[in-house]
Amino acid sequence: MPKVATWHLPVADLETKPYWDATAQGTLLIKECHACGHVFFYPRNHCPSCWSTDTTWREASGRGTVYTFTVVYQNDLPPFRDRIPYVVAIVELDEGVRMTSNIEGVTPEDVRCGMPVQVGFRDEQRGDETIAIPIFRPA
Amino acid sequence: MARRKVAIAGVAESRFGEVPDATALQLHQEGAALALADAGLKPSDVDGLFSCGADIMHPLILGEYLGLRPGYVDGTQVGGSSWEFFVHHAVGAIEAGLCDVALLNYATTSRSDLKRKIRSANVAIEARGPAQFESAYGHTVIGRHAMAATRHMFEFGTTQEQLAEIAVAMRANASRNPLAMYRDPITVEDVVGSRAICSPLHKLDCCIRSDGGGAVVLVAEDRVKDLPSKPVWVLGAAEATSHHTMSEWQDFTESPARYSAERAFGRAGVKPSEIDVLEVYDSFTITVLLTLEALGFCGKGEGGPFVEGGRLTIDGDLPTNTDGGGLSSNHPGMRGIFLIIEAARQLRGEATGRQVRDAKLAAVNGTGGWFSSTGTLILGVD
Repeated sequence: MPKVATWHLPVADLETKPYWDATAQGTLLIKECHACGHVFFYPRNHCPSCWSTDTTWREASGRGTVYTFTVVYQNDLPPFRDRIPYVVAIVELDEGVRMTSNIEGVTPEDVRCGMPVQVGFRDEQRGDETIAIPIFRPA
Repeated sequence: MARRKVAIAGVAESRFGEVPDATALQLHQEGAALALADAGLKPSDVDGLFSCGADIMHPLILGEYLGLRPGYVDGTQVGGSSWEFFVHHAVGAIEAGLCDVALLNYATTSRSDLKRKIRSANVAIEARGPAQFESAYGHTVIGRHAMAATRHMFEFGTTQEQLAEIAVAMRANASRNPLAMYRDPITVEDVVGSRAICSPLHKLDCCIRSDGGGAVVLVAEDRVKDLPSKPVWVLGAAEATSHHTMSEWQDFTESPARYSAERAFGRAGVKPSEIDVLEVYDSFTITVLLTLEALGFCGKGEGGPFVEGGRLTIDGDLPTNTDGGGLSSNHPGMRGIFLIIEAARQLRGEATGRQVRDAKLAAVNGTGGWFSSTGTLILGVD
């Protein structure tokens, strides 16, 4: 069997395990601060706005729009060299937070800023482990 | 006690371009020796060492290699702008009397390493920590910058032809620098017709990859009377940081240079309209465009029309990257040191063949990472 690249796959840690456990169940989580109400991503233990550690996980709607994007035509690293051309985007969720992602299910050249998108999940393998990566498709 | 003023006393590049027959440390020493000679100083005069590289404890490795035991060391690593940060830090250290002669020293063999297949073109960042929310998406370094260009075009109607004007101007400047790697003139059509790398950026919107390095020597004002060449005063210096994870960048059309520039110009008591020559990080054409706006040379969103008509060429209204920049002259990876070297040469009137007439004031802006960090310097001669 050919060696499959896994360097790019997320390594969950103490702060982020609930997030990756949720993606495996088809759920996208973001974080919310009880002290100041700030909603944020990427997730961390404390609120980056007020530094309260009274923060909690919250299920995101999974709806958003493309804030900006690029179509990648060149990347010499596996596994991406076998995926070109592909779309990298910054997606702004309806909850106001942004995340880096891929836009799939669309001709790359047809992606536009402001395009409505909906979260989906791409399964990738690291050994026996299946990791669900959140991606977006046109809504 | 009044603070001591600080001057750039010596500058030099090592060999650059394609240098297959030298190690990176060797090129460090080559640049450092030339810059110290330019300043009329000896290695034993150096009491402050400022350097960063890819390796852990780089300043220790370099100091040992050079045979220096400096009493003041700074290894700040914030990408290509580290050299402007170093000047900012060195000014503080020299003003405070913590060191007298600061050596900034850089080199890589990035191009030759790629040809020797001991590195890849793209960099694999392991998906741990914050990177676990990005690495799976293949957002290359070029792609991160390309997303800024996409947003700028969307918000302000900037065109790929306007971005191309920047690459064309840098090449025109390079054609007057015999050491520049790429010197043949190019057109807007050449740029937009070159291979798509990450939309909307084409091959010729991207910096080249070279070997090489250089050094800058800064001294306290009380050492200036002994210098063989005209001192280049650091009139203002400042730094700013933004994001590392792309989704944390609040506004993809605004460089943090807005903040470093405001402070550096303020400290120098200088306005952008007074600047004779500008040296800015040009990893990609969009880097220059956002930087021009953030420095205040044009309004936000106005960068596209501003760069049209060859404004950034040596004979234009705002001579920029007079050596040809990273787009055409050299780019070993963290290019910020070359901005300082070229600005000093221009202010000393030594930029033969590409000299901006009566250059008295220069602005320098390094950008590190992916619009992650910026350092702005205002330099001047008496």
